[in-house]
Amino acid sequence: MRLDSVGVSLGGVTVLADVSLNLGSGEGIAIVGPNGSGKTTVLRLMATLLRPAYGTGTILGADLAGVVDRSVRTSIGLITHAPALLDELTISENLIHFCRVSGRAEATVPKALSAVGMEKVTDRPAARCSFGMKRRAEIAWLLIAKPRLLLLDEARSGLDAEARILVDSLSRLTRERGGGVVAVSHEEGDLGTDLVAVHRLENGRLGQTS
Amino acid sequence: MSLWRQSTEVMRVDLVVEQRIGDTFRIVLPFAVVALMIFSLAMPAGVSDVGDVGTAVFWGVAILYGMQVALRTSMSETEQRKDIAMLLGLDPAARFLGRSIAAALLLTGFMAVLFIAMVLLFTPDLPRGWAWPTGLAILLAAAGLALLATLAGEVASGLRNRSALASLLIAPLAIPLVVGASQVLESMAGNNGILIWILLLITTDLALLVAGVGLSRPLEEASR
Repeated sequence: MRLDSVGVSLGGVTVLADVSLNLGSGEGIAIVGPNGSGKTTVLRLMATLLRPAYGTGTILGADLAGVVDRSVRTSIGLITHAPALLDELTISENLIHFCRVSGRAEATVPKALSAVGMEKVTDRPAARCSFGMKRRAEIAWLLIAKPRLLLLDEARSGLDAEARILVDSLSRLTRERGGGVVAVSHEEGDLGTDLVAVHRLENGRLGQTS
Repeated sequence: MSLWRQSTEVMRVDLVVEQRIGDTFRIVLPFAVVALMIFSLAMPAGVSDVGDVGTAVFWGVAILYGMQVALRTSMSETEQRKDIAMLLGLDPAARFLGRSIAAALLLTGFMAVLFIAMVLLFTPDLPRGWAWPTGLAILLAAAGLALLATLAGEVASGLRNRSALASLLIAPLAIPLVVGASQVLESMAGNNGILIWILLLITTDLALLVAGVGLSRPLEEASR
């Protein structure tokens, strides 16, 4: 993944300006910044959900400014700060739906839910699950999806110690497969333990690296 | 995964969600029936035969309340769900088709029950052999309204006043559907042919289908 002096405008407001980043195979980077600094926008840009206003970027070989192929998008895993499950479906039904839409084997769902400690609540509607349970379900989905680029938006915040370990494990597994990981948070202590570089983002601009 | 398989999965989930929350048949339909009742009670004393206006009132109520049924999925979609749909590789054309089919099935049932309520409330003199042409008109009008509402939902997606905007988009474009569907029974009562009205409905449905499928991918790209 590579971003070269990329800017993003939303509704005429510049949200990101001159952002440059590189992420190699098996690497993990973190971006820290206060609320409203543009962290989520960076991740949505990397997820090919936004188009740059200027600058150039490639994600898994796809040009960010062009039409992105479906195979690229299905190789990207995104955990946002609000879980994206359908409330009316059970945890298991949500994951089966994801498998069917993306063409993945739905037989992998029970094993994945078991891996995140949710084997006893698979039939519970998402609406009646806590935030932490929904987050675990998303981690289970990403264990099935095996993304080549994992994007974590405040993924560890609000979770118990066990669930935070699951997020870290997902991150490690992705890098071990040769994928890349980008995690963002407003607190440096909430980023996990194994990310190689920390970038600071303020007012849509990347600052120093540590 | 093929377009058709993705479409059927989207349709299946839409119908499962509807079955569990029951918006169409437990909330919108009773209100639509009440609206029919109000119309039947509010007829001026000068109207000699209330039954004459029953079918016109039916189509008016069916389209207005049907919009709510057909728009409900688009209006409740969050940005997170749209994001995950894109990252799952869901073809926007499959999403359009799946949602439209689910909405068409719901609207067909909704309009069928509403038609029965209209017959009970207005007791219109239905022409001989009314059943199958009316059924066909309801089916085609439901499909057209579903396609139109799904398309309007996609166009208005992400906008601040999307609910109002989608309704404003639908209202004028639903005119051929209302005219075609309402004229089926009118023509039968006057011993005129109904083919032209059925063809109008089919043509409108096909035009909306082509527009919806054709615009779905550009609309998704434009939302980035």
